[in-house]
Amino acid sequence: MTEKAAAAAGKLEQIAVEGGLTQQLGAASMGGANVVVNAAKSAPVLEIDNLTVHFVTSHGTVRAVENLTYSVRPGEMVAIVGESGSGKSVSALAIMRLLPPATARVMTGSVVFDGHNLLTLSDEEMRQRRGRDVAMIFQEPMTSLNPVLSIGLQIKEPLLIHMNMTEDQATARAIELLTLVGITDPESRLAQFPHQLSGGMRQRVMIAIGLACNPKLLIADEPTTALDVTIQAQILELMKGLSRRLSIAVVIITHNLGIVARYADRVNVMYAARLIEQGPAEDVFGKPAHPYTRGLLSAVPRLDRSRSARLTTIEGAPPNLLSPPEGCRFAPRCRYATEACKVVPQHSVVGADHTAACHRLEELDKLIVYEPGDEGVRAAAALDATSILAIKGVTKHFHVGGGIFSAAKIVRAVNNVTIDIKPGETLGLVGESGCGKSTLGRLVLRLDDPTSGEIIFEGRDLAGLKRGDMIDVRKRMQVIFQDPYSSLNPRMTVGQIIAEPMTVHGVVLKANAPKRVAELLQLVGLYPYMADRYPHELSGGQRQRVGIARALGVEPKMIVADEAVSALDVSIQGQVINLLEDLQKKLGLTYLFIAHDLAVVRHISTKVAVMYLGRIVEYAACDELFANPRHPYTQALLAAAPVPDPVIERTRPRTIIEGELPSPLRPPAGCVFHPRCPKMTEACKADVPAALEVGLHHFAACINA
Amino acid sequence: MLSYILRRVLLVIPTLIGVAVAVFFLIRVMPGDVVVVKLRADGANVTQETIDAERKRLGLDKPLYAQFADYMVGLARLDLGKSLWTGADVSKEIAIRFPVSFQVAIMATLIALLIAIPLGTLSAIYRDTWIDYVVRILAVAGLAVPSFWLGMLMILGLLSMFNWLPKIGYVSIFEDPVRNLTTLIWPALSVGYRYAAVATRMMRSALLEVLREDYIRTARAKGVFQKLITRRHALRNALLPVITVIGLEFAFLIGGLVVTEQVFNLNGIGKLFVDATTRGDFNLIQGLVLLIAVIFIVVNLIVDILYAVLDPRIRLK
Repeated sequence: MTEKAAAAAGKLEQIAVEGGLTQQLGAASMGGANVVVNAAKSAPVLEIDNLTVHFVTSHGTVRAVENLTYSVRPGEMVAIVGESGSGKSVSALAIMRLLPPATARVMTGSVVFDGHNLLTLSDEEMRQRRGRDVAMIFQEPMTSLNPVLSIGLQIKEPLLIHMNMTEDQATARAIELLTLVGITDPESRLAQFPHQLSGGMRQRVMIAIGLACNPKLLIADEPTTALDVTIQAQILELMKGLSRRLSIAVVIITHNLGIVARYADRVNVMYAARLIEQGPAEDVFGKPAHPYTRGLLSAVPRLDRSRSARLTTIEGAPPNLLSPPEGCRFAPRCRYATEACKVVPQHSVVGADHTAACHRLEELDKLIVYEPGDEGVRAAAALDATSILAIKGVTKHFHVGGGIFSAAKIVRAVNNVTIDIKPGETLGLVGESGCGKSTLGRLVLRLDDPTSGEIIFEGRDLAGLKRGDMIDVRKRMQVIFQDPYSSLNPRMTVGQIIAEPMTVHGVVLKANAPKRVAELLQLVGLYPYMADRYPHELSGGQRQRVGIARALGVEPKMIVADEAVSALDVSIQGQVINLLEDLQKKLGLTYLFIAHDLAVVRHISTKVAVMYLGRIVEYAACDELFANPRHPYTQALLAAAPVPDPVIERTRPRTIIEGELPSPLRPPAGCVFHPRCPKMTEACKADVPAALEVGLHHFAACINA
Repeated sequence: MLSYILRRVLLVIPTLIGVAVAVFFLIRVMPGDVVVVKLRADGANVTQETIDAERKRLGLDKPLYAQFADYMVGLARLDLGKSLWTGADVSKEIAIRFPVSFQVAIMATLIALLIAIPLGTLSAIYRDTWIDYVVRILAVAGLAVPSFWLGMLMILGLLSMFNWLPKIGYVSIFEDPVRNLTTLIWPALSVGYRYAAVATRMMRSALLEVLREDYIRTARAKGVFQKLITRRHALRNALLPVITVIGLEFAFLIGGLVVTEQVFNLNGIGKLFVDATTRGDFNLIQGLVLLIAVIFIVVNLIVDILYAVLDPRIRLK
């Protein structure tokens, strides 16, 4: 929080008080996040009791939320955690009464906010509260702001509607709000349009809109899911600080357990429309009671743990809420399920203010045996082995624009990158969006041609190969894409999708293809009968398995996985990571694993390269890099990524880097990281630092490392 | 913005040259000879010599490349040549008919906009209510009913109910506005109805799509009044596809109203086009095609500029 922002906050409070607003603004001093509000003493601002929401569709009734009960106090941050389809967003929209009226039905329950049941208010009474008393921030900052209206107008709108401000007052307030959320040069931002701002900036604007009228309750639905990890940390720190200082109750909906551990005071875990566990964050993470919570916590790769063990995942997928199982919804996936689980379990107390809905809570601790499992240690590739893929000084510049009247600009997407991968290794390539990691992946696949440099795969320089010779290479190097929804042709059956590359490359005769498809489906944990299905009939995790089977069909030596697990839910993501590791062991595959999720990269990689603005800034063996990060950017990335353990989170230092990734059109001179770097010296502005060997096979491109 | 417009205007030149070349050769593939049609029209017995003489007079005896050269040189001097049928300047032939067609097109567009934007909006907001059903039925009817037939119904209706008919013959709006409007409103209405139907359906579906967008949900979460959400947040975004449809339709109306012009006895571009084609009047066809091309280009440019005005994401560079 900058001094300017703090000053603006002070002014904001003053205006609010002068404006006769009955807000508890004075309660918190200017200390920001350090001030702990004694939330337990104040009465809840929001009490949800027994809320049930159904969707009536042509296929039947979807039970989206069932018997949900929780409450939030002023200044408290309550997290609702769950996988997609667990009902967490629906419950939030129900509070706001923003559910689609045509299909959604609130069957039972009450949402008492500030003494009124929101569900029984008239539309007009509800409208008056929206934006004034209750505000909401949505997941997609890219689509949640109106593209044709200026930022200023969108911020001023609630002020003009709810606060009876004049245009000038509203403008002044909008400038203060933008300063408060950390946007520089707020006066000129007012006239800008959403497309002129980055994703992080847009989300700050959304928060400014949410805070405009000093709401008592702020609901944030996956507020940082679309953002990079350093920006995510900035946004969440901002929200947490504002919540504490202005005594705003915050409901944060997320699937990211790390965020919950770092920022939430209380946690509500939802599974298949029901609340299955709730309590203070320390207790839920420290002593998870419900088998689902326990499973979820062990299914997440951890940034603070090395990659020795296989992930313990929850088998199967969440139930279809059109026809959910009787009794406990988790029973079909639960390894401790018994006959008793056919009855819906009630919440029972497992600790102070900590309850869980499971019949076997008392016995569980005894039942769970720690499974050492498969140690999963792969013999590290010999350091002197010949590289399967060696990237030497590769550069890729894109020319954009340019025409009769203007010169073309150059986007320096990849700059002088040198890395190599030995057979059987997994090289994790991490970086934030726009750092060039996907471009590098495309160059390796030769979906784009490098501007200069060599990409040597199995002894041949790909950049020099002709189209015909590439066909042979493509057989040996395959790709798995990020989005399992759009990377499979919706008009082809699973069998056709998997068989296509095999028959194209003549690996299998057409007549034998069905047999091979069946084998591959089993290899990736699907069933042979699924060959006749179409992609839309499968779940996200199953589709990603189809993508993997398609890549494996031609028996490649190497697979480029571009964000292959980032679109998947936590429990499914663990399953796919395990599958990739098993396949590597079984088939001796080499992976180039491109991802933004540090924990996943730490878990799966043997070597890691960190990219920033087109350059590799640090490059080392996985454990070495995470144990001993040397480049300030790597250190900042690790500090920004939350770990799903509140105890660790509350003790470890938070050094959050400011600013955003500069445009690759105009990269900073010298070290590209220097404008954001805490260790910046004058010398950093002069030259691009060379990669220095700071440890055994550990390279960092930083003169101060 | 200005340099963008300038560049677009400059691009018109190569486009028109392309159109001119294409139309020159394409119409010469057509069967029929203007001279034969003209001289033997009434079954008159005309000798081959007369025909040859007439061909020579019109310059049709020259080899193709020479005719092409004459034509291109003429174009360079903005001379479209003379009609092979009447002998009058092509530009003059077109200039006589153009005001009628242009005015009908503009009136039909205004009628369409006045009907389509409010009705399409109502239909989308009150989706699946009786309002929506009525609008949709009207729109489907508008697509199904041929404009000229509707025109005939109008004339018959006026005659039987009011015993009154619009005067025949076009008078410029500057000379006699009342007579001009009472004459042209009927063809404009009959064409405008179909046009409005297309635009209404586009308006409805575009608005429905926009109303599902995340930023509409944001606006509702801010507590914005429903009316303001529609007017400020939704309409502007929904207008973009409607403008495209309107632009294309407008350009079509200039030359495409053959039968409707016939029904209302208007001497417009559509009728001229048909006449020129049946007579094999090459020069006139070429002139008309170039005219339509220019109109399409200009309308497209206007549409693009409107896009940029409505949507700040579209920067015209």
